[in-house]
Amino acid sequence: MLNKIWPFFIIISFIYALLKLKIPELNESIFNSCSQTVEMILSFLGIMCMWNGIMQIIKETTLINKIKRILRPFMKFLFPKLNTKSKAYEEITMNIVANLLGLGNAATPLGLKAMQALQEENPDKEKLSDTMIMFLVLNTASIQIIPTTIIAIRSSLGSSNPAKIIIPVWISTIVAASAGIITVKLLSKRKEK
Amino acid sequence: MEIINYISAIIIPLVIVLVIGYGIAEKKNVYDIFLRGAKNGIKIVIKLFPTLLAIFLAINMLRNSGVIDFIINILKPILLFFNIPIEIMPLALLRPVSGTASMAVATDIIKTSGVDSKIGLIAATIMGSTETVFYTIALYTSSINVKKTRFTLVASLIANFVGIATSVIIFNNL
Repeated sequence: MLNKIWPFFIIISFIYALLKLKIPELNESIFNSCSQTVEMILSFLGIMCMWNGIMQIIKETTLINKIKRILRPFMKFLFPKLNTKSKAYEEITMNIVANLLGLGNAATPLGLKAMQALQEENPDKEKLSDTMIMFLVLNTASIQIIPTTIIAIRSSLGSSNPAKIIIPVWISTIVAASAGIITVKLLSKRKEK
Repeated sequence: MEIINYISAIIIPLVIVLVIGYGIAEKKNVYDIFLRGAKNGIKIVIKLFPTLLAIFLAINMLRNSGVIDFIINILKPILLFFNIPIEIMPLALLRPVSGTASMAVATDIIKTSGVDSKIGLIAATIMGSTETVFYTIALYTSSINVKKTRFTLVASLIANFVGIATSVIIFNNL
């Protein structure tokens, strides 16, 4: 999809800038983008590595099992059709843990593995199953305890308390995820009848 | 507010201490494990670089040429109706489409409006509580070659919109 959108954005910008006599600004934006990317990557690098290190400790101790046990009732509610002993169950839990810690980029490879495992159990290979949809919606609703990336950005921009947004994020992420979960529950029920 | 500030400041150090303490209690070489995990982080960030560059380029060109202002002007009445600050608009539009691009836009909004200003806090909260809907769905479904996504997009977009609205409501009423 980006193979079409990306060139379209660039070409339309050039044409619009040409018409509005904004070519110098456009030119400037190209060089800004390059230096901005480097700045951004550098500020990410530290915090991403730090959390990945902590995450690794969680994975290599029995802490991961404790977290899984705590998550079990939620998992049962969210994925009633999922076998708790299956590989998919394990992968989904790991993905949710990574998401909770705000490790979106670490969560993605885990999420892809979970999708693969779910596909093996999926009766209709052409269509997403209810479990898959719930899993996807949860991933797009970004439930997280620690919004790592945005805290990193706030601290790189000199906030007096970079973590100040944590509680607002909790509230809004819970409200958003609930809206998503309710929608999925309603729509998948309707299909069953 | 004092207490909230304090709690939010203690969460991260607390998580780190608890995890490391747990590792020690299990007699694990936490230092070695930490290094191994951190090394993985480098790979993830390096992989992100080309994408970030491509997206920044397109978004900055769109913005500096005036295309984004043009779109915002069209959508202004809808925004005002929902009480969404106009500065937030580019973010609300881009958030479901691209993670890195919306990150770039959010950073820009936070920088220009002030990192601890109301607008800056709203932008940060939106980033923290929503995800890149289109990218995530495309990536996850294409990895298993499924094209029929049924109601996934609808449910995700509802969640996303609710997240943005809630972020605005929280800070509008604080």
